[in-house]
Amino acid sequence: MKSSTSPTSFPQPEIGREMKGADVVVECLVREGVDVIFAYPGGASQELHQALARSDKVRVILPRHEQGGSFAAEGYARATGRVGVCMATSGPGATNLVSAIADAYMDSTPMVAITGQVFQKYIGKSAFQETDFFGMTLPIVKHSYLVLNAADLPRIMKEAFVIARTGRPGPVVIDIPKDVQQAKVTPVFPATVEFANPTILHTPRATDEQLNQVLALIAEAKRPVIYAGGGIISAEAHKELTAFAEKTNIPVATTLMGVGAFPETHALSMQWFGMHGTAYGNWAVDQSDLLLCLGARFDDRITGEVSKFAAGAKIVHLDIDASEHNKNKRVHLPIQSEVKHALGRMIELISAARFSPPDTQAWHDQIATWKRDQPFDSSAGFGHSPHILPQEAVSTLYELTKGDAIITTGVGQHQMWAAQFYRFDEPRRYISSLGLGAMGYGYPAAMGAKVACPDKQVIDIDGDGSFVMNIQELATCHIEKIAAKAMILNNQHLGMVVQWEDRFYGSIRGNTILGDATNVGGPDNLGGLYPDFVKIAEGFGVKGRRVHKKSELKEAIQEMLDHDGPYVLDVIVPYTEHVLPMIPAGKTVKDMILK
Amino acid sequence: MRHTISVLVENKFGVLARVSGMFSGRGFNIDSLNVAPTHDPSLSRITVVLKGDESALNLAVKQLVKLVNVVEVVDFKEGMAVVRELVLLKVKADTRTRSEIMQICDIFRAKIVNVSTESVIIEVTGDEGKVGAFINLIEPFGILELARTGQLALKR
Repeated sequence: MKSSTSPTSFPQPEIGREMKGADVVVECLVREGVDVIFAYPGGASQELHQALARSDKVRVILPRHEQGGSFAAEGYARATGRVGVCMATSGPGATNLVSAIADAYMDSTPMVAITGQVFQKYIGKSAFQETDFFGMTLPIVKHSYLVLNAADLPRIMKEAFVIARTGRPGPVVIDIPKDVQQAKVTPVFPATVEFANPTILHTPRATDEQLNQVLALIAEAKRPVIYAGGGIISAEAHKELTAFAEKTNIPVATTLMGVGAFPETHALSMQWFGMHGTAYGNWAVDQSDLLLCLGARFDDRITGEVSKFAAGAKIVHLDIDASEHNKNKRVHLPIQSEVKHALGRMIELISAARFSPPDTQAWHDQIATWKRDQPFDSSAGFGHSPHILPQEAVSTLYELTKGDAIITTGVGQHQMWAAQFYRFDEPRRYISSLGLGAMGYGYPAAMGAKVACPDKQVIDIDGDGSFVMNIQELATCHIEKIAAKAMILNNQHLGMVVQWEDRFYGSIRGNTILGDATNVGGPDNLGGLYPDFVKIAEGFGVKGRRVHKKSELKEAIQEMLDHDGPYVLDVIVPYTEHVLPMIPAGKTVKDMILK
Repeated sequence: MRHTISVLVENKFGVLARVSGMFSGRGFNIDSLNVAPTHDPSLSRITVVLKGDESALNLAVKQLVKLVNVVEVVDFKEGMAVVRELVLLKVKADTRTRSEIMQICDIFRAKIVNVSTESVIIEVTGDEGKVGAFINLIEPFGILELARTGQLALKR
């Protein structure tokens, strides 16, 4: 038995020495265990940079654009589960963070974004580089602060980190006027934080009664499917998910956010489903009689026409965030719970009750047939094309890295092919802007992931459109010696939009050609290729190589992997490939395009 | 359907914007909105009256519950709460009409809180029905200006 606790063991606030507000911020970062911050200075955040310069405990990485820095903070957070931190000055510095904040909000990424603000006496006066960043970001933050008093900094900083990582993670903005940064204070660092809202620190847990209801549904099911989302990864519940799926013998399809939450090479895996997911995953969900949704949110790219989604299934929706229940899809059994607890407890209940999984052999046979008939690679290899196919490049990268790399992406066709042709057996390996779909995410996210995981291969599989959107971060990687690599699937077009043009708009090109429209480059017209990514990389001091011959692909990828530093591999591919399968937006599984 | 939503919040700047933004961002038009501190000055109560699709509104309420500065949210259904509103009306009134206006005020237990040679200011409180009826009766005299608190609600 535990001996009685002495009152002195109650966590006490700690009083620091007198310092500037900016130094308090840095001291708080250190106390939160922040080892790296992506920060671009300016007038209103200069005090913070000076304070960082006075400390040697936090690595400051200077991105070449605030958007790059903030996507890097997200990449860092997604690769580790820790809070990613970025910082910018007021006005344009702050507005450049907006895309990443919105992205972190959509994809539930823990992030703290610190912005400098003009002196309080200038707020509301349209001062130089003044924007109401607190007001501007209200709809895309989990919470935000405008700090009016330096004495509040220790509490606010602690609260911000707690909010960012607790429950359903998300972004927190801290806007700090310059006079608050300059003010001298004797900081009182709180040991704990409390919130007036009782739900913030409360971890909801499913009751045994609720979980037994789920198990009873499983016992009766003939065609059960697990639909697993990013919540599994946020909750670090992937081991529990595997054990649960194995014990109940239920096949698993993940969302793109959930890629890696369940090993994709596992016999029960149907990889991921949705608009461009596996045909068998989509068919299985469509035909299921019991759908267990774990930590996902019935996004329109998953459901298509939502009223037709899993229409014959009883749906259980287990999520930590009750506001997701019945938001997009009405479900039969909504359960608010931290998913790691729920899965762990169900595994215990199964053992205690000698639960035996239902006989679903016929269902597994059906899925096996679907898998055999309609794999992602339906053309059985890439030999039919004389050119390097984008899918082939991803597949070769998978082979050469033995599946053990962190992959980031931009947004578009390459993003889907990366998820289709690289197999992910572990969480936090596929890092992509999925809810917001922000082009330009890939390379800075790779930069952040590489900083977090220096011993891992980190490769941005990108498109020639997306890559250009944050190409300046090559400079950051060169100067900071961050060996983030980019493999560009270069088709000279905005491929996904072209695909929609081809399918739905009579192939009329509406500003989707990235080079000279009268001399479109490609594997058959190397002279027309634009821009020259190898030369750009060289300009940044980064090694680059272009590959267009099928016979050289493998060796070129190997060279990229072996290179000890950042690298740009420009893979020239035809623009005529479409991402398949495809369930057109707002349509149903029955409308799936397979060819 | 008409909803009266009562939100107990921390009395801090920006909180009202967060709460109202949760409705405006979803295309709800707020019929009335009232904010004031409670007996505990660190807390304020926001009372929002609005019409909208039931399920869309429920989603907005669930989002409100998650806001860091929100302590409690109650969505009052019909009859669950005592609902009152205070209205101030400046009405044309001269020696000929003043006494008739005063009679109507008596019936409604409204008070005349200011008198001038050409107008009176009337304070009336009540639920929606009473306030509506009162305004209808006063209208013919000529309402010059009107200000109202919006609905306030407390659970029965």
